[in-house]
Amino acid sequence: MKISGKTLGQSAAFRKLVGALVIYAVIQILLATGLLSDYYFATIVTIGINVILAVSLNLITGFTGQFSLGHAGFMSIGAYFCAFITLRVEGIPGFLLGILVGGCAAALVGVLVGLPTLRLRGDYLAIATLGMAEIIRIIFQNIKITNGAAGLSNLPQYVNWPWLFLFIAAVVALTVNFLHSSPGRACIAIREDEIAAEAMGINTTRYKVTAFIIGAFCAGVAGALYATYFPRIKPDTFGFMKSVDILVIVVFGGLGSITGSILGAIVLGLISMFLSSYTELRMVLYALLLVIIMIFRPQGLMGSRELSLALMKRAGDHLMGLFRKKEKEGRV
Amino acid sequence: MKKLLSVFCAAALAITALAGCGSEKTGNKVEDGATTIKIGLSYELTGSVATYGQSSVDGVKMAIDEVNAAGGINGKTIELVEYDTKSDEAEATTLGKRLMGEDKVLAILGPATSGAFKAEIPDANSYKVPVISGSATSNDVTVVNGKVQEYAFRICFSDSFQGEAMAKYAAQTLGAKTAVIYKDSSSDYALGLAEGFAAAFADEGGSILKEESYTSNDKDFNAVLTSIKDLNADVIYVPGYYQQAGLIIKQAREQGIDVPILGADGFDSPDLLGLAGAENLNNVFFTNHYSSLDQDPVVQDFIAAFEERYGREPDAFNALGYDEAKFLCDALSRCESLDSVSLQKALCETKDFPAVTGTLSVDENHDAVKSIVVIELKDGEQYKSEKVG
Repeated sequence: MKISGKTLGQSAAFRKLVGALVIYAVIQILLATGLLSDYYFATIVTIGINVILAVSLNLITGFTGQFSLGHAGFMSIGAYFCAFITLRVEGIPGFLLGILVGGCAAALVGVLVGLPTLRLRGDYLAIATLGMAEIIRIIFQNIKITNGAAGLSNLPQYVNWPWLFLFIAAVVALTVNFLHSSPGRACIAIREDEIAAEAMGINTTRYKVTAFIIGAFCAGVAGALYATYFPRIKPDTFGFMKSVDILVIVVFGGLGSITGSILGAIVLGLISMFLSSYTELRMVLYALLLVIIMIFRPQGLMGSRELSLALMKRAGDHLMGLFRKKEKEGRV
Repeated sequence: MKKLLSVFCAAALAITALAGCGSEKTGNKVEDGATTIKIGLSYELTGSVATYGQSSVDGVKMAIDEVNAAGGINGKTIELVEYDTKSDEAEATTLGKRLMGEDKVLAILGPATSGAFKAEIPDANSYKVPVISGSATSNDVTVVNGKVQEYAFRICFSDSFQGEAMAKYAAQTLGAKTAVIYKDSSSDYALGLAEGFAAAFADEGGSILKEESYTSNDKDFNAVLTSIKDLNADVIYVPGYYQQAGLIIKQAREQGIDVPILGADGFDSPDLLGLAGAENLNNVFFTNHYSSLDQDPVVQDFIAAFEERYGREPDAFNALGYDEAKFLCDALSRCESLDSVSLQKALCETKDFPAVTGTLSVDENHDAVKSIVVIELKDGEQYKSEKVG
């Protein structure tokens, strides 16, 4: 079988698929044999949800260049809409319907908010999206059906590793494919220079809103996954600090790098897990680590590059080169 | 390569199918030969409600040190495994799994707030490990949709019970016939109190003239207080926290409203005095878990020991933390065998346990049946305390 002149084994898509399946299988085996307990799975779920959030925010902030501080707002819409459904429709159909409705509701709000606000730039957009997230939180805090400030309890739990993996893979595939499409290229052009892009005939508002909607949809899905793994949601969970946490992951991983966002979510999740035994010092150490890492890698872990086998090979060769040089010097 | 792909897909699917067969959990137990009993401590040590968590933990540690110094439980000392939930409910769920699944604790104390405690309960039921909170007062903590949460316990009364107690006190002791409720609508706690008060006050034959509300960011209450003044109610019930209650009392007294102002344990803070001013804190009554005026030796010994250890007067959270740890140790000493399932039974059977916050028994809903204290303030000082209920 041949795809564009290469054999199947050589095609990048095939290699990515195999790579993803290997990761899936390894974790599935570890979970099935009990080597990874529920606690570690809870950490994996937190990381997985953060991966989806970070990748979708990266699409808006890193690739389209629109500084949004309202991602937690979309997440909360996904979580609440999904919870309404799963509390009323039982079983897997309810779960899937909840995720779909959660994502769509968030996307709809994305349109409503995006159309007027995406005409703003830079700081103004950040403030507008921040305001939007606060409005959403306060609405959830004050209406009866969401049970106000107390939030919803005893939500049914469905998320397991296969589902989680499926949704992460779907979101990443959606984002990557979008970026490789013509609208995706238009988004990157907007990030590079909005005026130049407009001069080239790109309808900037339209593409900005498109990226915003996709990002909002994915954040809604992440919120829905949160509400089907954790038994409780309340408005405060999706406050301003949650939006900042997501932004931290994106900047830490590298603005404009999908693999950077994934890696960022994993690294920060693991750091947080290892520090949890240090109780009072934990947040201080976490912040300190962030500062140190950002000093030494201001462009984020990956910069705007993607992690790929070729890049890893180059890095390996580079290291080997250094090693040989040292060895030679040692001999002299 | 094609073959390899299909093998991978098949393998991954096969493992997925296998994952369905999980096994029923049987609870944690103390291994033979172990010299310690592990107890989990999952509290809000940082974040927005850190004061509650830290205060509770101070009380818990004091109680556990006392038990260990007295020889522990059946010759085994108690070892605390402590984590911080960052005041985040998802973290409470995650740490609950860690304590129950990884650290294999026999029981978990905490978290302090109702929401975080509720986030831990589903796992407690599936791992069969009891979880105990000293201060989760929300109405639906231990019973959900008419079903008792098997492994969840609390040693405090619920919000609506506290509201009811105040209503009875107002009607019977203060002789009130009419009342106005001025509640914090942004807090679940205040809404529970208001609900309980309104229902019980009506049962006592009184009438609620009006329900007004404020939110936790408000500073100026004069407009609403003016309209309340015109109603001439016998008492004003202000369910909420001291931050706003202090200002409400000050502004009400300055307007010349001198009827009794009633509140709940949210009033219990030294800051109330600073906000309201000593001259305004007269004819103010609030329900609480315990009063330092109580001459019961259990209370006075606790206060003396606490002051010696920490150099300050204990607050209600300190007392509740101390009580929940003592309550757990009492059940541990009555356990048939040291495992979490027999511990759950022993906890259910607790009767007339002499706690600092009142003698308590566990009812069929895993709620604490205990007395409640009404404290009267005079010139900003606790002047009189009375046990009711």
